[in-house]
Amino acid sequence: MTEQPRLNTSPPVSDEVRKTTCYMCACRCGINVHLKDGRVSYIEGNRDHPINKGVLCAKGASGIMQVTAPSRLRAPLRRVGPRGSGAFEEITWEEALQTAVDWLRPLRETAPQKLAFFTGRDQSQSLTAWWAQMFGTPNYAAHGGFCSVNMAAGGIYTIGGAFWEFGQPDWARTKLFILFGVAEDHDSNPIKIGIGKLKARGARVVGVNPVRSGYNAVADDWYGITPGTDGLLILSLVHCLMEAGRIDLDYLARWTNAPCLVGADGMLMRDDAGKPIVIDRATGKPAPWDRAGVRPDLGAEWQGARTVFHHMAARYLSPEFAPEGVADRVGLPAARIRALAAEIGAAFDQPVEIAQDWVDFRGERHSVMRGRPISFHAMRGISAHSNGFQTARALHLLQAILGAVETPGGYRLKPPYPKPVAAHPKPHARATPGQPLPGPHLGYVRGPEDLCLDDQGNPLRIDKGFTWENPFSAHGLMQMVIPNAHAGDPYRIDTLFLYMANMAWNSSMNTREVIGMLTATGADGEYTIPRIIYSDAYASEMVAYADLILPDTTYLERHDCISLLDRPISEPDAAGDAIRWPVVEPDRDVRGFQSVLLDLGARLGLPGMVTPDGRPAYRDYADYIVRHQRKPGIGPLAGWRGADGSGEGRGDPNPDQLARYIANGGFHQIHIPAEAAFFKPWNAAYQDWAVATGLLDGPAPYLIELWSEPMRRFQAAAEGQGPVQPPDHLRDRLRQAMDPLPLWYPPYGDEAAESYPLHALTQRPMAMYHSWGSQNAWLRQIHGRNPLYVPTRVWREQGFEDGDWARVSSPNGEIVVPVAHMAALNENTVWTWNAIGKRKGTWALDPEAPEATKGFLLNHLISELLPDRGDGLRRANADPVTGQAAWFDLRVRIEKAPPPAEAQPAFAPIPDIPRAGGGRESSFRRKLDKLNFLRKFGAEGGA
Amino acid sequence: MTCLPGKVDRQLGLVIDLDTCVGCHACVTACKGWNDQGYGVPLSDQDPYGADPSGTFLNRVHSYQVEPPGEVPMIVNFPRSCLHCADAPCVTVCPTGASYKRTEDGIVLVNEDACIGCGLCAWACPYGARELDMGAGVMKKCTLCVDRIYNENLPEEDREPACVRTCPTGARHFGDLSDPASAVSRLVAERGGIDLMPEQGTRPANKYLPPRGKDRAPASLLEPLLDVQATGLAGWLDRMLGRF
Repeated sequence: MTEQPRLNTSPPVSDEVRKTTCYMCACRCGINVHLKDGRVSYIEGNRDHPINKGVLCAKGASGIMQVTAPSRLRAPLRRVGPRGSGAFEEITWEEALQTAVDWLRPLRETAPQKLAFFTGRDQSQSLTAWWAQMFGTPNYAAHGGFCSVNMAAGGIYTIGGAFWEFGQPDWARTKLFILFGVAEDHDSNPIKIGIGKLKARGARVVGVNPVRSGYNAVADDWYGITPGTDGLLILSLVHCLMEAGRIDLDYLARWTNAPCLVGADGMLMRDDAGKPIVIDRATGKPAPWDRAGVRPDLGAEWQGARTVFHHMAARYLSPEFAPEGVADRVGLPAARIRALAAEIGAAFDQPVEIAQDWVDFRGERHSVMRGRPISFHAMRGISAHSNGFQTARALHLLQAILGAVETPGGYRLKPPYPKPVAAHPKPHARATPGQPLPGPHLGYVRGPEDLCLDDQGNPLRIDKGFTWENPFSAHGLMQMVIPNAHAGDPYRIDTLFLYMANMAWNSSMNTREVIGMLTATGADGEYTIPRIIYSDAYASEMVAYADLILPDTTYLERHDCISLLDRPISEPDAAGDAIRWPVVEPDRDVRGFQSVLLDLGARLGLPGMVTPDGRPAYRDYADYIVRHQRKPGIGPLAGWRGADGSGEGRGDPNPDQLARYIANGGFHQIHIPAEAAFFKPWNAAYQDWAVATGLLDGPAPYLIELWSEPMRRFQAAAEGQGPVQPPDHLRDRLRQAMDPLPLWYPPYGDEAAESYPLHALTQRPMAMYHSWGSQNAWLRQIHGRNPLYVPTRVWREQGFEDGDWARVSSPNGEIVVPVAHMAALNENTVWTWNAIGKRKGTWALDPEAPEATKGFLLNHLISELLPDRGDGLRRANADPVTGQAAWFDLRVRIEKAPPPAEAQPAFAPIPDIPRAGGGRESSFRRKLDKLNFLRKFGAEGGA
Repeated sequence: MTCLPGKVDRQLGLVIDLDTCVGCHACVTACKGWNDQGYGVPLSDQDPYGADPSGTFLNRVHSYQVEPPGEVPMIVNFPRSCLHCADAPCVTVCPTGASYKRTEDGIVLVNEDACIGCGLCAWACPYGARELDMGAGVMKKCTLCVDRIYNENLPEEDREPACVRTCPTGARHFGDLSDPASAVSRLVAERGGIDLMPEQGTRPANKYLPPRGKDRAPASLLEPLLDVQATGLAGWLDRMLGRF
């Protein structure tokens, strides 16, 4: 045999590694960006980073294709043809900024609410919200209204924290992990890492999901539930566990409001100081819930009032929640529900203890931390329904009765959570010309008096956030902005300002109609939404419908902060924040949106953005990140504060702060002491730590709110009590939806069930996230098509064969799309991958790209409004508590259809707009040319 | 034709846990990214923004639907790359000696300078693990990141294949499968690791850990404390809180 070639197995890897934060999804992983000759050559996970610990997902490793994507915008654009025509001219930044100022300044001076500023995949909400507040418009939110506000609000109103990425299972100790619904992107890598840990030690993973893909594919057991019935299943599990006595009474008595007494008015009984009272088991007498040494009695009755625990028993022990009573509805046999309850019960019987002293807020000292090794996670799967808020509450109730919130083995919150409703602001919406809004836009209402209504009871916000239609709309309702602005309901606006939100395509329900609204004109020939400013890094569908484009950088070319004021990178054992910094400089005339926003703010003279002599207060976003203070000593970044960088959490601005972050790999952590690691809402050491760190203004212990007083206040109003009254047509649904104890009601979409028997769902592939990234040269080779997956029963009934197409109809419209068979699927559910379908001519893809010819959106089938009842009222297709878009309520029917030339509806192509070009081919050829040269004339590395 | 070494000093390879792989494709693009700038020519893409994009990948993940008779249907995510076989038919079929199996670690490699792009090896491989790069006209395959695993320019902890380093679930393991005491060999023994298509007689180095048994909830159900409907709520509360 010939001699083996001699290899250089130690070739140089790169010239330099720069550590920053990924932005290929919302996960915020740390990345090592390798550079060769000044270009990005390879991206891998940062081993030291708390979120991903070295690993990286398919999106993250493909970021190199993002920074060279030909769809990158190149320079500011001004529309010169009709909206949607794609006719733009490139303009200078000075022209662009002056145009924006000319539009915005008169609005601020006369009617600030005529600016609606909404952001999509924004990771700088503490800046964008502050800017909007200083401008004075009430019309600001990010995309949470159509994302997963039910999970956030349901969690915060119940346990003082949410699923999302705001907490995680105690992966090291949990023995049973139950995952409800799709959750592949919140949190992306941490959940994968966690599932891997459970698998490595043989812990049980159970999936509850109509679709057995992704995490459900590796689940040890799979419950293929009917969409929209998760809450009913959860309350049936609560029924079984209560019936069998598998509930943690000690936990309920100490840390939840189960022992609080419910008065005749449905509110908790209070002492003279206004504190909810419990009956102390030691004395048999009432005592404030937080008095030192008090031992609350779960079973107490006092002056005719019973405890929350009594109310829970009365409701959940009722036969209506027995497995036999819910089985048909949830699509699972009663025996399977009982088996799942038994599995939970078995884990409950194996408590986990950590020998660790700690002191609770009542001053009681404990020698162990004891919990139950049962953990849950859920996101959109349960929340994107019109019963999603109550379902999220039900899941937190289940966690609480098991004693599995903030205990070893259970669910652990990450700083800045836990944080009770009382520590959150209320919403503010009263605009005054020329003045900032008096407080933050988004918040947590406590009762009807906190709603954002004018003196006549009309909505103050364009999206009707914080109104009787959706009182707890803590993230706003971005999905209603364009429809409401178009309808002039509640009023007309002048300028719509959007950032990173593809509202002309996959981020809107009812896409075709929304496109029509963006291009609609009034009798005067003017657009009904007169001006649209948009910032995006790429030639997305939305770009074509805006009037002024402010081109953003890619995530590798910008500064950002992943802040404790916003959505940080904390872990249960540490607060953490991070930065992005330009690891490469932009090669075109684009600017980071946040710097542009500060520039606009300075030109408009917004408070805080100009110095007393009228000059810009901040050079750019990087300067803001370092020098801005929200409160004295508290800024966007918590690490290396103070003149010498020794401060953590609190301290003066440090001019070297960003350099310290970069030197530390782009992030910073403040570790939580061991005695503060669990029972955080009740743990005196944690509360003290959170105050010292700047997360809380003062200790704020609270009880888990199984009985929600804010909800009861709205329910009572619906019953006719109190001065602030809802409109009559909403009374019935408020009475139901605002029930202070978790319950289940059928999703509103079920009203269409008779004609539309199937449920239709979407989910994102793990290798792709929304439209940003789905034009990626590598990722589109993995997911370039999205058939509609059809369960076996329907497949057979319709006589489908491979390669067939189907007409899919809903009350809102129809689409004709390719189908594929999937057996591991609820028999009444069809689904597809979200956001693969593209408008022809966008994203720098060939108009014949499969994404544009065979790819499709389910959005066309979903309306942002419920069907008209002929009373002239527009009702959002949303959760009645939070306004969360109920896109998973979608009902459809399906029939075989002759294959069309392309997926229907087909849209006219959008002409290519001015953009950067370049991309995979050209960079690849450059490398290949170089390599061929070296192979011919001189060896590098190889043989 | 090309000869295989009679024996190798050790046999490096991968152990892939099919019970844990969620099919996220992280390994696919980490591999693409590293090898696009690593050993040999880049991994080209054809028509990357066009109507029919295709490119060279050394590692791909397939999701298979499995419908075991009488059981609940399931999805198995299956990563596929070169298995670095002991009896590698891709090597013996190579007309130029370009494909070879390294004696020191058993890695099957292509010497791209000697490869004429005839494609015989891809035809001979029963696993479909080789891809002819359409840009460069040479055969590409998993190198087990031979330019990482010994690379003194990398921190020691990073001297593992890119796919293993990136796998978020830890479903991919790298080591010496000829050493029965190695972590990977022990894992194979504990979890009943299998050869892929053993009937092909290729004696692959890589092993797959099969999915654990699924959909087997515990048989014993919870016993109610008492008959709530018969005793009423008060009876349940007494019983419940009496224990407290």
